[in-house]
Amino acid sequence: MPDALAQAVAPSSLTGDGGAARPPGPGPGSALVDAVALNKPRRTLIPLPRPVRRLAGPLLLVLVWQLLGTFGVVGERVLAPPSAVFSAGWELTRTGELTDHLLASLTRVASGLALGVSAGLVIAVVAGLFRLGDELLDSTMQVLRALPVLGLLPLVIIWFGVGETPKIALVAFGTAFPVYVNTYSAIRGVDHRLVESGRTAGLGRLGLVRHVILPGAVPGFLVGLRFALTGAWLIMIIAEQLNATNGIGYLMNQAQSWYRTDIIVLGLLIYGLLGLGADALVRLLERRLLSWRHGFEGGA
Amino acid sequence: MTTASDTDKDTAAHTATAELAVSARKVTRTFAGREVLSGIDLDIFRGEFVALLGRSGSGKSTLLRAMAGLDPETGGRLLVPRRRAVVFQDHRLQPWKRVLENVILGLPRQGARDRGRAALAEVGLTDHERAWPGTLSGGEAQRAALARALVREPELLLLDEPFGALDALTRLRMHALLRELCAVHRPAVLLVTHDVDEAILLADRVLVLTDGRIGPPRTVDLPEGRRRTDPDFARLRGDLLAELGVAEG
Ligand SMILES: Nc1ncnc2c1ncn2[C@@H]1O[C@H](COP(=O)(O)OP(=O)(O)O)[C@@H](O)[C@H]1O
Ligand SMILES: [Mg+2]
Repeated sequence: MPDALAQAVAPSSLTGDGGAARPPGPGPGSALVDAVALNKPRRTLIPLPRPVRRLAGPLLLVLVWQLLGTFGVVGERVLAPPSAVFSAGWELTRTGELTDHLLASLTRVASGLALGVSAGLVIAVVAGLFRLGDELLDSTMQVLRALPVLGLLPLVIIWFGVGETPKIALVAFGTAFPVYVNTYSAIRGVDHRLVESGRTAGLGRLGLVRHVILPGAVPGFLVGLRFALTGAWLIMIIAEQLNATNGIGYLMNQAQSWYRTDIIVLGLLIYGLLGLGADALVRLLERRLLSWRHGFEGGA
Repeated sequence: MTTASDTDKDTAAHTATAELAVSARKVTRTFAGREVLSGIDLDIFRGEFVALLGRSGSGKSTLLRAMAGLDPETGGRLLVPRRRAVVFQDHRLQPWKRVLENVILGLPRQGARDRGRAALAEVGLTDHERAWPGTLSGGEAQRAALARALVREPELLLLDEPFGALDALTRLRMHALLRELCAVHRPAVLLVTHDVDEAILLADRVLVLTDGRIGPPRTVDLPEGRRRTDPDFARLRGDLLAELGVAEG
């Protein structure tokens, strides 16, 4: 008997008559959608992890490039196939040549960056914090910033000769400005309400600089640093190709005379990897320094 | 000219012993030729809770900022205690400092963290001491700002519409919290608000700022546990609204 009763009720509740009373409205509403499923990522056709799928494109490119070389569509003198690039890399690593050149380039970039970034930072802080510093420095920096860095090359060679100094000087010059410009405007743009609240908390000038202004300028500084890293490689590539006895740029330039496209591509590859590495470095810095922005637990 | 001491003449004993936390005489402030404060005379006693009402743009924040020592362009004579603290409408916590670090910002290092934790406990934020300000709700952020103010044990607590941006429910809870904390710490308080009920609920004395001047003070003489339904409450509200130029709806 209870079973029969249950069955008798079920169909009518399905039609909605037996359930909650429908509020009076203009006819039946549109179909409901599942709110939870709305934002779920779509399933893809290929059941592979995302990084693997993202790698597929570049790998395909390398494969096509290799095939073009293997079947002689593209000659070695035009563009060496990946296998040749790989074996050139292996050969140069075995002899230790590559390591020497890489170290030479890295040392130059690192020294130039260290100089340029610190100079840009210090000048930005002085110009950002002191009125006199601002009046003297900012206009000067804006004028100098207009000079094309690579246009300075002949002058720098006359001043510093052909050793390490001119290359480091160029990198330093080229990286100081992006750091300066971004840090300076970040310092200038620090929220005055936060400065006021720091002041009412009893912070003196030094305390304000340390706890409010400089932390507030970190995001801007990091933007500048990112530009500086990219710029540093660019300057280094040109400087090494024009005037050097070692370094990746020099290696590529030598390779050019012998039509060794494999070594040229190898050089490009290394520059690319170094650029990626630099980017990863800045991102790591951002994660650590700007954890307050994303609400991470700060890696602590 | 009406000052607080005039109204307190009848309680002579009180006036005689009470020290002042704020003494303002002919305080003026002009922005680009427009006089916003035209001769403010105001005394606030230690431990007294004063609410300052006024329409938007009447100069309430200007006066409060002057008392906070944030406005060097103020004219007249304005004496305030050395230990002051301010809570603004926006919490103004430093986004790159965790809550506890914000609370103890600017304090001498010795024992600061323990005092900061105690202050956070008072406002019920013990669990959030390591949170970034950006992750706090509006009410939590204002409570952190309140903790940051109270940890300094201010002689004068300046509140500039501190609950203005909060929802009604949170605002009620903040009123209760503020009342409790003031009963414990007994700072002199100047609460700037545009909420008449809030002023009557919290203050010992309510002032209205109109046309750059402070109108006659109104002492709030309501029994403990003030209720909006109290006829005296309603009368005072009506008077204040009239002074603000608003007809009661
Ligand atoms: N820094 C400023 N520069 C120019 N005018 C200002 C400044 N600060 C406030 N004012 C003006 O002073 C008047 C009072 O402002 P304020 O004290 O903020 O009013 P409120 O009573 O709403 O807090 C407003 O008309 C405002 O425009
Ligand atoms: Mg205001």
